[in-house]
Amino acid sequence: MSTAIEQPNYNYKVVKYFAIMAVVWGVVGMSIGVLIASQLVWPELNFDIQYLTFSRLRPLHTNTVIFAFGGCALFATAYYVVQRTCQARIFSDSLAMFTFWGWQAVIVAAAITLPMGLTSTKEYAELEWPIDILIEVVWISFAIVFFGTIAKRNQPHIYVANWFFGAFIITIAILHTINSLAIPVSMWKSYSIYAGTIDAMVQWWYGHNAVGFFLTAGFLGIMYYFIPKQAERPVYSYRLSIVHFWALISIYVWAGAHHLHYSALPDWAQSAGMVMSLILLAPSWGGMINGMMTLSGAWHKLRTDPILRFLVVSLSFYGMSTFEGPMMAIKTVNALSHNTDWTIGHVHSGALGWVAMVSFGAIYNLLPVVLGKKQGEMYSIKLINIHFWLATLGTVLYICAMWVNGIMQGLMWRAVNADGTLTYSFVESLEASYPGYFVRVVGGALFLAGMLIMAYNTFKTVRGAHAEQAKLAQA
Amino acid sequence: MDINDVRGLGTVFALIAFIGIIAWAYSSSRKTRFDDDANMVFKDEDIAQRSALAETTKND
Repeated sequence: MSTAIEQPNYNYKVVKYFAIMAVVWGVVGMSIGVLIASQLVWPELNFDIQYLTFSRLRPLHTNTVIFAFGGCALFATAYYVVQRTCQARIFSDSLAMFTFWGWQAVIVAAAITLPMGLTSTKEYAELEWPIDILIEVVWISFAIVFFGTIAKRNQPHIYVANWFFGAFIITIAILHTINSLAIPVSMWKSYSIYAGTIDAMVQWWYGHNAVGFFLTAGFLGIMYYFIPKQAERPVYSYRLSIVHFWALISIYVWAGAHHLHYSALPDWAQSAGMVMSLILLAPSWGGMINGMMTLSGAWHKLRTDPILRFLVVSLSFYGMSTFEGPMMAIKTVNALSHNTDWTIGHVHSGALGWVAMVSFGAIYNLLPVVLGKKQGEMYSIKLINIHFWLATLGTVLYICAMWVNGIMQGLMWRAVNADGTLTYSFVESLEASYPGYFVRVVGGALFLAGMLIMAYNTFKTVRGAHAEQAKLAQA
Repeated sequence: MDINDVRGLGTVFALIAFIGIIAWAYSSSRKTRFDDDANMVFKDEDIAQRSALAETTKND
């Protein structure tokens, strides 16, 4: 036994911690999502308590699902993949552990301040300056641990997944730093150093690249490791993955202006944002096809392996939302879709269908490994299958409801009578949205039910592994 | 030469870089190398096994 410890091995502890917390925060964030979706159907569900109003819980929902659930999944997979493909133990055990506790502290701080109404009001960057500084410290530590591990690698080549994780870590550091620059006036109040249109452009340069690098590049890193691993065959084209990487990271950063169509942003900047968004379709689909084709000759595995099904269906949703996105960035389409529920539907087809599902697949693959079992050896494969169908059905209901609502709202808002007056008042479009809002609650609840099943499965798997360990320790 | 010429040239350089990356990635001399790289994900099973063993034999 002593020889096993002296040889180099991987730090699985920090991966395990992050993976478990991803599941915990997934349950919390999605529960808040279902609550606020219900508030849009039954407004009295805020119980007239200021901390439970939609306006305060909505940023808490987005922060929890993106940065707590998605963030923990990214930390877990980045630390796991970088160790395994560099064949080296993580750069610093203690600094890696610091990023775990630091990130949890950020999440708890968000969960306290956002319901209190403390917010910088920048979407997806609502947290006030003291928390922003903590994020900065944790993120730089994350970069040191990740690139430190790359530096001490025992392999000449840096595997493509690590390129995506690396781009994600560096870009988020830059985005967070520049967008969060603010002048504090008190402990929990600050003003952005940017003004007017420039503030809006900086915010959406941040906001869109949070999607492009936090919710895309990082999860593409997951895709490039876990699909080959779970399908037990190498990626379809390694050469395409190289072109995919450089094309994706160099185009994504220019697309943010499409969030500001028909605003005070100069027209040429809006058009540039639209064109770059359209070009973005090429690398997005290149990557999706690369992931899908990895299964060529192994499609039969989808019949028996729900983990692989999660990973592959996530790519279908990725392909769908990266087609929808460029289409919505076209100014004339945007004139119909902007500020409607279509946008919410688009975001969730990416967030539920792509980000969450690829994370589920990756966590189901790696959690048993870090607990000392074989990959994918969860407590119950049957429960993974049920989770898969609940998640898929929930996502489809959600996005269909929002498509119907969004197009209907867009058409009602632009309808004019012969004399030029508006055909419908705003509240009439709201009235017409109720059935869609109800279907969304149902879809969200199904997705949450799947998440709860995953939490149970995770709990049983971890407990089973710990019981085995205790038995071995006694023997 | 004003700033807009530089901006235009920037686009040209980006295109040249992109074509360069494709040429580099798809040149036939690098085929075996990239085939090997694609298989990296399967090559650490011994270390993974050892790490799993360390995980199951420790008591925390």
